[in-house]
Amino acid sequence: MATRSDIAASPVKGGAAPGRAPGSRSADKDDKRRAKLSRRWQRDARWSPYAFVSPFFLLFAAFGLFPLIYTGWASLHQVELTAPTDMNWVGLKNYTRIFDDDFFWNAAQNTLTIGIISTVPQLMIAMGIAHILNYKLRASTFWRVAMLAPYATSIAAATLVFVLLFGRDYGMINWALGAVGIDPIGWQDDKWPGQIAVSTIIIWRWTGYNALIYLAAMQAIPQDLYESAALDGASRWRQFLHVTLPSLRPTILFTVVVSTIGASQVFGEPLLFDPNKGASGGAEHQFQTLGLYLYEQGWVNQHLGRASAIAWTMFAILIVIGLINQLISRRLRASS
Amino acid sequence: MTPPETPIVKEQKRSRLPKSARAGGTLHGGPLAYAILAVFMIVSLFPLVWTAIAASRDNQRLAENPPPFWFGSNLFKNLEIAWKDANLGEAFLNTTIVAGTSAVTIVVLSTIAGFAFAKLRFKGRNALMLVVIGTMMIPPQLSIIPLYMMVAKLDWTDQLQAVIFPSLVSAFGVFFMRQYLLQALPDEVIEAARVDGASSWRVVWHVVFPAARPAMAVLGMLMFVQAWNDFLWPFLVLTQTGNPTVQVAVAGLGRGYTPDQSLIMAGALLGTLPLLLVFAIFGKQIVGGIMQGAVKG
Repeated sequence: MATRSDIAASPVKGGAAPGRAPGSRSADKDDKRRAKLSRRWQRDARWSPYAFVSPFFLLFAAFGLFPLIYTGWASLHQVELTAPTDMNWVGLKNYTRIFDDDFFWNAAQNTLTIGIISTVPQLMIAMGIAHILNYKLRASTFWRVAMLAPYATSIAAATLVFVLLFGRDYGMINWALGAVGIDPIGWQDDKWPGQIAVSTIIIWRWTGYNALIYLAAMQAIPQDLYESAALDGASRWRQFLHVTLPSLRPTILFTVVVSTIGASQVFGEPLLFDPNKGASGGAEHQFQTLGLYLYEQGWVNQHLGRASAIAWTMFAILIVIGLINQLISRRLRASS
Repeated sequence: MTPPETPIVKEQKRSRLPKSARAGGTLHGGPLAYAILAVFMIVSLFPLVWTAIAASRDNQRLAENPPPFWFGSNLFKNLEIAWKDANLGEAFLNTTIVAGTSAVTIVVLSTIAGFAFAKLRFKGRNALMLVVIGTMMIPPQLSIIPLYMMVAKLDWTDQLQAVIFPSLVSAFGVFFMRQYLLQALPDEVIEAARVDGASSWRVVWHVVFPAARPAMAVLGMLMFVQAWNDFLWPFLVLTQTGNPTVQVAVAGLGRGYTPDQSLIMAGALLGTLPLLLVFAIFGKQIVGGIMQGAVKG
């Protein structure tokens, strides 16, 4: 990495100024000045990098790291929303309490299934779209921007629109299904339809975004890889399998991790998709996610300590996912 | 910001190759490609267009079969009522303040930190960069409970600073600016400024900021969009009657017992329009920015 600019020549102004005989008094003075400037310059070069990165780390420590650790501390206490500063030590009781709660396991399962049915199709469609966008196209910018339009929509607006589209009696989707002879589906009432509907909102908002990420990675693949594959007689499909996909492995891994983190946090969609707009994720908790369960425990039932325990459980799950990801990417790197 | 280039290969060499060799960026899309893209585009845009259609109808029409496919006559009436009901004027102002402050701060802090990581040598640089990348993996939502306690203790509930402070930094921003400055800022330029006696801060002001301007603009837009659309945290600390952001106000429209669907759609439309406008104007740069942030990791 060529980053040695800071050890460039000493920047003393007018160092080689003419008209100063060596040994004269002014040169002496000049030397001192030069030394002083040089010291200041060195100090500057040495410490300014830390000054440049410190605002980020200070703010991150205050609003990211400290709260994360404090959440762990709070999870070992009984804390009520009404008096968030009164903390009673209860040890691991919050954890045993939530692990005994059927709704926790229900929420964990829903988070997993919604995560899978939103992430897998999303990334596969994104890959296909990226492949097409990678052709030479007329108005390519127009297509890319149009794909990204859902990304501009907020969770709140998008969910409210989809609530109407997925309406049981007058929703457009059931109407379209009725046109091909399928009975109306209770999207907000039943388990799988509810989870599919919530996932649809997520897929709709994020597919274009992921397609652009894949497209960027595809454009970085060297052209001659395709040429030599073609000379070997590989069909387009085989080129996609044997050139495109392997080259995209790091990017795919990246999008999987980012989508997984996103999926573990799903909150607004099931909250607003619930006909009662409550925290239970449908009357039967059929699409209550962990994020929603956390909110219900903390802000509806007012048990902040228990909510903290949920947050830390989620954190632990993410760390495990991160480690698995590390393992996979290391293995991939070793094999390639 | 330079879009990723498609390599130019000489036509002569090209012509001897089978057609399939030209996949991946140089093959012309056929009608099928356009058809698939058109279908996908309709799916992308339909819910947005339909929001406008539903907002232009009355509630009764929305409870009929088949649902409306074309615009009615109530659009402006509904927009006006939704604007007043949801207190959207104030919400827009609030959201602009929050998203603007957060975007500007993130851009400035990310640029100077990204510059240090890209171009300066200091002890612990690699370790600190790993920390930055690691923090991208921590969802900020896991910190909401202590943040909520802090906000409650400081009596900031319903105050905009409760939303602004936690959103002033972005690890993605630091990473993004570092990647950009690694290529966009030649070492010689910094050296020249240093030889001229510029202090580090002068280098940042006179060399780094001008060089980073395109990336700063893109990052600013991305962060503005993100802050504008943020939902969970504003929803927790702001109420609809206090100082709502647009998202809190729009979500509030859907929460009544007998919600008026056409009004909800009008509110949703109003909440989305400003960003759609931003996308219509700066779409190319935003797309370039997302693609830039994705590669060269």
